[in-house]
Amino acid sequence: MGDCILRLRDISKYFPGIKALDRIDFEVRTGEVHALIGENGAGKSTLVKLITGIYQPTAGSIVLDGKEVEFKSPNVSQQAGIAAIHQEATMFPDLSVTENIYMGHHLKKPVTGVLAWKEMKLKTRALLEKLELDIEPDTRVKDMGVAQRHMVEIVKALSLETRIIIMDEPTSALSLKEVEDLYKIIRQLKSEGRAIVFISHKFEDIYEIADYFTVLRDGKYIGEGRVADTGVDEIIQMMIGRSLKQMFPKQKVEKGDEVLRVENLSKSGIFKDISFGLHKGEILGFFGLIGSGRSEVMQAIFGIDSGTGGEIFIKGKKVRISSPGNAMSYGIAYVPEDRQLQGTIRAMNIRENVTLPIINEVSRNSMLDIKRELEVTGEYGGRLEIKASGWEQPVDDLSGGNQQKVVLAKWLATRPEILILDEPTRGIDVATKARVHEFISGLAEQGLAIILISSEIPEILGMSDNIIVMHEGLITAGFNWDEASSENLIRAAMGSSTN
Amino acid sequence: MPSLLKRREFNLFVLIILLLIAVSLRAPNFLDITNFNYILNDTAILMMVAIGQLMVLVTGGIDLSVASGVALTGMSVAMLNQYYPGIPIIVIMLIALGIGFLLGSFNGILVSLAKIPPIITTLGTMSIYRGFVFVLSKGKWVSAHEMSEAFRELPRGNLLGISNLLLIAVLSALVFAFFLHLTRTGREIYGVGGNRLASRYAGIDTKKINYLVFALSGCLVGLAGLLWVARYASAQNETAFGFELQTVAACVIGGVSIMGGSGTILGVLLGALFLGIVNNALTVINLSPFYQMGIQGFVILFAIIANTLVDKRNRLLMLRKRKL
Repeated sequence: MGDCILRLRDISKYFPGIKALDRIDFEVRTGEVHALIGENGAGKSTLVKLITGIYQPTAGSIVLDGKEVEFKSPNVSQQAGIAAIHQEATMFPDLSVTENIYMGHHLKKPVTGVLAWKEMKLKTRALLEKLELDIEPDTRVKDMGVAQRHMVEIVKALSLETRIIIMDEPTSALSLKEVEDLYKIIRQLKSEGRAIVFISHKFEDIYEIADYFTVLRDGKYIGEGRVADTGVDEIIQMMIGRSLKQMFPKQKVEKGDEVLRVENLSKSGIFKDISFGLHKGEILGFFGLIGSGRSEVMQAIFGIDSGTGGEIFIKGKKVRISSPGNAMSYGIAYVPEDRQLQGTIRAMNIRENVTLPIINEVSRNSMLDIKRELEVTGEYGGRLEIKASGWEQPVDDLSGGNQQKVVLAKWLATRPEILILDEPTRGIDVATKARVHEFISGLAEQGLAIILISSEIPEILGMSDNIIVMHEGLITAGFNWDEASSENLIRAAMGSSTN
Repeated sequence: MPSLLKRREFNLFVLIILLLIAVSLRAPNFLDITNFNYILNDTAILMMVAIGQLMVLVTGGIDLSVASGVALTGMSVAMLNQYYPGIPIIVIMLIALGIGFLLGSFNGILVSLAKIPPIITTLGTMSIYRGFVFVLSKGKWVSAHEMSEAFRELPRGNLLGISNLLLIAVLSALVFAFFLHLTRTGREIYGVGGNRLASRYAGIDTKKINYLVFALSGCLVGLAGLLWVARYASAQNETAFGFELQTVAACVIGGVSIMGGSGTILGVLLGALFLGIVNNALTVINLSPFYQMGIQGFVILFAIIANTLVDKRNRLLMLRKRKL
């Protein structure tokens, strides 16, 4: 084990209403790859943001080289030799590799202060050669693939004399060959005595490259150890470690008739051969990692994406769904995952947002009937207990949880028979979450057929009658409510064969 | 509409009153009814075209071709009148509407079907439409004596002392206020501008809306073109040169968001009126014409900044009140 460079001692980060991190200990040592493991929402990203100076801790201390420090801004952390390589590369697509690498710390000529491009280019080339990368310094970033961009981010980190490199799911978008190249580079960095913090959802990665691991769960420190001495099952146990089934108010409902049947739905490069059936009163869970193609399948069913192959049947009748309006006429409603981007119209008030999809129903001879709009908003807003000063309040002023309720109210107001919920509780506080879960169960009891996409295992296990797991665009497993467990869900989602 | 937006219009209203008081201190006859009537008539056309601009801005676009559209329609109907003086004025009005509709539709098709950004599309058609004016007129003007009596009298005729020009502007404002604020399609226009993706998910045909706002803006442009050449009794190649920026200014002063999603007819009318008053005041107080343009710019910036600041403060106060 190398020397300890960075140590987080008893560190906490609170947001209003949420303990994102609760008394965490975390150590980074030279020449070591330290894997940070946990489910979505376990607090990994928050921890990274504390280390890189984007957030400041609520309590606890950060110790660098034995001295207590404060990372007041990303700049301070950068100067201390820490660099993070993000999931979505943060680069300037129209600039060259050299320009990207030196952005923010350009080299200048001594007297005149003119930028020393020749020198920067030479140094860039040297760094690229050192890592045996076949990239020209003049190439524009937008002309490169995802993998190469990742490599350039790493080169950028090296140009800054970085001692600690944080990689957030670096392999998620890479092909097998590219992953191999990345491993090679990580090993080289390790041999130079640099420290690497490695976040990944894939066990192959962790067992291939990491030396040490720390597991977080619900913002708490769960355990740590040497990867070589620990089995997959043990780590999975640490990641889940709870029996939350009883926390969810799921009622067993008699399955009714089949309302939706999807056969061999495919979209080249995105998903393939997706087949499943959905019944009245059923909650069908869709589990998978981010990017596994779940949302894309639902968007195809809702008529947002065109160019898909396969067949869709509604109540036994074959249909072709060409637009969201079309899908709505078949009784389908889709609550999208990103409420800022796809859900709400921020400049509008609650009433206007809720009635947007049913604007035909709340107007007579194409004239809006505001009284009717208020009735509908009152009905669904009331059922969901939206907390607002009135239905005329702009949604922009609402909390995240209440905004999500507005989106739910909006789609329930279409009185759907098939309700697709895409990550309905992401980013909202625990209390509201429980309320939303209860509400979803109630809807199923009333005979709605529900598809629930979620990346949270407890939510999927607690809510679903049946569960489908996707991995890289394919359905890798299907479970009944009683045969599903955290272990087999994670295995299927990570694409690992049952070992 | 939320009370917040109404508040913003109220700010502007107060600003206009203050402006009126300030100018009348220097030029006492500024506020008499004849001059005020003159100001209203002078801004009527701006109001009409700005309403079209408003609809495009609300969807997140911009229409830079409106001034060229005014000139092209104006020249077309003036020449029509010149060569066929017998055509009744009501038919000419319909033809002007039709020409405007076609010009707007062309913009709309380029934006919604060919997916060319509005600013690029209308930058192109701005030159194309202006170019057509020259081709059509072969560089010559149509002057007052070449127009028929009925043609020249269209904007001047009046009902109970209110000119036809003003009546048409008020009528357009009422029709479009009704359309934008009280009908389904109006709501959909705000939806598309506020969040295109969310609107698509809600089943709105966003392409149709995109086309529609340009086509409607075109209709107003067509009508305005006819009124313009009739009012000034002359159709020139440079008619309404630079006018497109005034329509954008009227909208922005009236609280329309350049990013799309918000803005009201009332706000735009007040914004246009504000511009009209400033123009008129600068002449009335006998300022050197050399200074006028620059001062006009300063006043516009001041109005926008003042309006935004007051708005921000009100919003903050409201938020604070909510937390208590």
